[in-house]
Amino acid sequence: MLAFLVKRLLNAAGVMLAVAFLAFMIFRFVGDPVELMLNEQASQAQRDELRVRLGLDRSVLVQFGTFVLNAIRGDFGISYRNQQEVFTLIVERFPATFELVLVATFLSLAIGIPLGVYSAIRRRSFAAQAIQFVSVLGVSLPSFALGILFILLFSVTLQWLPAFGRGETVALGWWTTGLLTPSGRLALILPGITLSLFQITLVMRLVRAEMLETMRTEFIRFARARGLPDHAIHFRHALRNCLMPVITVTGLQIGNLIAFALVTETVFQWPGMGLLFVQAVTFVDIPVMAAYLIIVSFIFVTLNTLVDLTYALVDPRLRQDAMAGGAHGR
Amino acid sequence: MSRKWLLAASAAVALTATAGPALAQGKVLKWGAGREIASLDPYSFGETFTLSVLNHVYEGLVRYTGDLKIEPALAESWETVSPTVWRFKLRQGVKFHNGNTFTADDVLASLARVTHETSPLKGNLPAYKSSRKIDDHTVEIEVNGPYPLLLNDLTNIYIFDKEWMEANNTSLPTDSGKGVKGYATDNANGTGPFIVESRRADAKTVFAANPGWWDKPRHNISKIEFTPITSPATRVAAMLSGEIDFTNVAPLQDLPRLAASPDIKVLQTNELRTVYFAFNLSDKMFESDVKDKNPLRDKRVREAFYRAIDIDAVQKRAMRGLSRNTGALVAPAIPGYTPAQDARLPFDLDGAKKLLAEAGYPNGFSFQMNCQSDGLVNEEEFCQAVAAMWSRAGLKPNLSMAPRAQQAPKRVKGEFDVISFGWANEPMIDAYSILVQVLRSRSGTGGVFNWGGWGRADMDALIDKAGVELDNAKRIPMMSEALMIAKNEHLFIPLHQQPMAWAARNTVSTMVQASDNKPRLWLTQMK
Repeated sequence: MLAFLVKRLLNAAGVMLAVAFLAFMIFRFVGDPVELMLNEQASQAQRDELRVRLGLDRSVLVQFGTFVLNAIRGDFGISYRNQQEVFTLIVERFPATFELVLVATFLSLAIGIPLGVYSAIRRRSFAAQAIQFVSVLGVSLPSFALGILFILLFSVTLQWLPAFGRGETVALGWWTTGLLTPSGRLALILPGITLSLFQITLVMRLVRAEMLETMRTEFIRFARARGLPDHAIHFRHALRNCLMPVITVTGLQIGNLIAFALVTETVFQWPGMGLLFVQAVTFVDIPVMAAYLIIVSFIFVTLNTLVDLTYALVDPRLRQDAMAGGAHGR
Repeated sequence: MSRKWLLAASAAVALTATAGPALAQGKVLKWGAGREIASLDPYSFGETFTLSVLNHVYEGLVRYTGDLKIEPALAESWETVSPTVWRFKLRQGVKFHNGNTFTADDVLASLARVTHETSPLKGNLPAYKSSRKIDDHTVEIEVNGPYPLLLNDLTNIYIFDKEWMEANNTSLPTDSGKGVKGYATDNANGTGPFIVESRRADAKTVFAANPGWWDKPRHNISKIEFTPITSPATRVAAMLSGEIDFTNVAPLQDLPRLAASPDIKVLQTNELRTVYFAFNLSDKMFESDVKDKNPLRDKRVREAFYRAIDIDAVQKRAMRGLSRNTGALVAPAIPGYTPAQDARLPFDLDGAKKLLAEAGYPNGFSFQMNCQSDGLVNEEEFCQAVAAMWSRAGLKPNLSMAPRAQQAPKRVKGEFDVISFGWANEPMIDAYSILVQVLRSRSGTGGVFNWGGWGRADMDALIDKAGVELDNAKRIPMMSEALMIAKNEHLFIPLHQQPMAWAARNTVSTMVQASDNKPRLWLTQMK
C-alpha cells in the first residue's frame, strides 16, 4: 500500500513539474508584455528598462528555477495588468468558480441519475428514445452556443433570469457565496445548467449502461424470483451497484468542470477564475496565465490522485495488485 | 387588533412618503462596459479606457470639454513665465473625497509619483523636468525645452491627495517588476464628480455622486453601477433585457438589432482613430519573390497599391457602412488636419496595373501583410477585403492574421512588408502625436513606432520645428505641411476613421459622445 502511495505521489509530482515547465514556457513564447504594458508614448529606453525590471533579460534556466521555487511557495508574482498579487487574485475568484461547479455537479447527479435509470428500465419506450436523442444534442452542442441560447430565451424574451453576473453575494470570511441571497441563487441557474448539460448526459449514459449490465446479472434475477417489487429491485439493488463508477467519474469530472467553466464564465460574465484567465490572455498578463494553468492542474492532479487512492482502499483487487507490484519490483 | 393594523399601515404610508421623493431623485445608471478597468490607481497602467473611467473619480489640472477643447479643471488659469516654465493658479476650496483640502503640495506629490522612474505612465508626461510650489495655490512646472503640448498631456495626469498617499504609504507608483503593490490599487480618493463606493473586480464597481464637487454638476445621476461584460452577445442581451442602461461598446453587427428595440437608442459616430496601411521601406523586402531590392520604395508602386483599393466596397462590406473614408492620416478633430488632406486617390484598377508595369512589375510581386485579429474595428474583414483587391491588381499578398499579442513583436522588429495600423493621437489630441511617434525617423524619443523606416529628412525637420514652437498659429501649419509630405509621397494608404457605437436606454435623456470614445457621465442626464 505504501509503495502504491509513493508511486502515485511521485507520478503527481512529475505531472506538476511538466505543467510548471509548460506554464513557464508561456513567458518565453506568448507575445511581448512590454509592448502591451507601456502606452503609445513610451520611448525605447523606457521599454528596455521595463524589460530589465521584469527580469526578461536573464537566462532561461535561471528564470525557470526561480519560477518553480516561487510557485511552490504560492508566489506567482504580480499581475502585469492589475498590479496585484496573482495568487490573491486567483484565490479571490476561486469561490465563484467552485460554487458554479458544485451546482453543476449537483444538477448532473440529480437529473442524470433518474433519467439514466428510466431510460434503462423502459428502454424501448418513446420517452427513453427521446431522452437518448436529446442527450446526443447535449454532448454535441458547444456550451457557449447553449449559454447564448439560454440568455436569449430566459433573459431577453421571458425576462425571468439575469443574463450575466453573480447577483448579490455574502462574504463568509474570505469565501463569498451567492447561495444565501435570492438574486445570487437566480444568477446561478443559467450558468449552472449550461455548465452541467454535458455532465448530465454523461451521468445519464453511464447510469443507463451500468443499469443494463446489472439488470442482466444473477442476483437481480434472483431478486425477481423472490417476488420483490420492481422499485425495490431497481433502486435498492440495481442502482446501488451502479453508483461506484458514477461517483468516480463525477469526482474526476470536477477537475474538468473547473477547467471548462472558463467558457461558461465568459458567456455569463461570471467573476471566477476562468474569466480572469480569459482577460489575462487578452492582455498577455503572463503571470496570471501561468498561475491559472498551474493551479487548475494542481486541483486536477490532486483529485485524480485522491480518486486513485480511494479506489485502492475500496477495491481489494487493486490493492493486491499494487502490493504484488511493489514486492516483486515488477 | 384592527387599531394595530391601522397604525402599521399608516406607518408604512409615512415611510413610503418620506422614501418616495428620495428614490425619485436617486437615478442609477447601470453601465455595462466591454472590459474591466485595470485598477483603481490611474498611474498603474497606461490604458486609455481605464483612465477614462477613473476620470470620474480623479481629475487633472485641466480637462477636455465634450467637444475636445481644453478647459480649466483643478487649475483655474495658467501662463507661460518663460518658454520652458508654466505657472498654474490652482482652484481654491476644492476638497478631496476624504475631506482634505486640495493645495499645491498635492500637485507636487502627484507629479513626483507619476514621473517616478518606475511609473508606467511616465511616458504620458515626456517633457516634464521639475515642479515647485510658489504658494499654497500656485505651482510652476518646468519642461525640458519649449514644449507646446503640456496642457494636452496634463489632461491625463490625475491629482492625488498628498496626506492620503503618505498615510497609506502609497507615494510611489505600483510596480509589477519589483512586486510593489499599493493601497491605491484598491482604494481611491480624488476630487472628481463621483466617489468609489464599493468595488468587486470583474463583477461590479459602484460610483456615487460627490455632493461636495467643486463644479456645478450637469448630471443628475446619483449612482453609477459599472459592470464589465466581456462577451459581446451577453452585453447585447443585457441591453435588450434592460439589465444595463448604457454600454460604451455596442458590437457593430448588433446595431440594427439594438436600434430596432423601442427602448434603446444607438449613438454611433466616428472615432479619432484613423486606420491606414503602412509599408516597410527598408532595403530588402521581408518575405517576397523580389529578393534583391524593395519595390515598395518606388513611389509608383505605392500609388498602385493605393489606386487598387475600392474604398467604397471596403466601407460598405467590411465596415458595414459605418466608417468614414479618408485620405488624411489624422481625423478632422485633430489640430494639424486640413480638408485638402482628406481627398483620396480614386479607385482605378487599370491605372494601378499600369503603374506596376511602369515600375517594372507587370506581373506583380509577393509580399507579407501583417494584420491583427483583435486590434482595430473589423480589422480581419477589411484586411481580407483589401488583400483580395490587391490580388486583382496582380499583386500577391500573403495575409498573416493573428492576435495582437503575437503580431506586435513582429511589427516592432520590422518583420513585415505591409501592416494595418491605427493611430488615435490620444491622449494628446494633436497631430504632433502621430508625427513624433510614427512619422519621425528614429532618434532619441522620436519615431518609436517608425517600424518600417519611413522617415524623411524634410518631414523630420518640420516635426522638430513644430515640437518647440509655442505659437499655435505657426505650429499647426508646420504639422499640416509634414502630413502633406507623407500624403504626397503615399508613405501610407489611409482608409478610414473607424466607427464607434454606444447604446443607451430611453431612461438616458442626454449623453455627450465625443470622438475620443470616452464616456463623460458627469455630462449625462437621466429621466
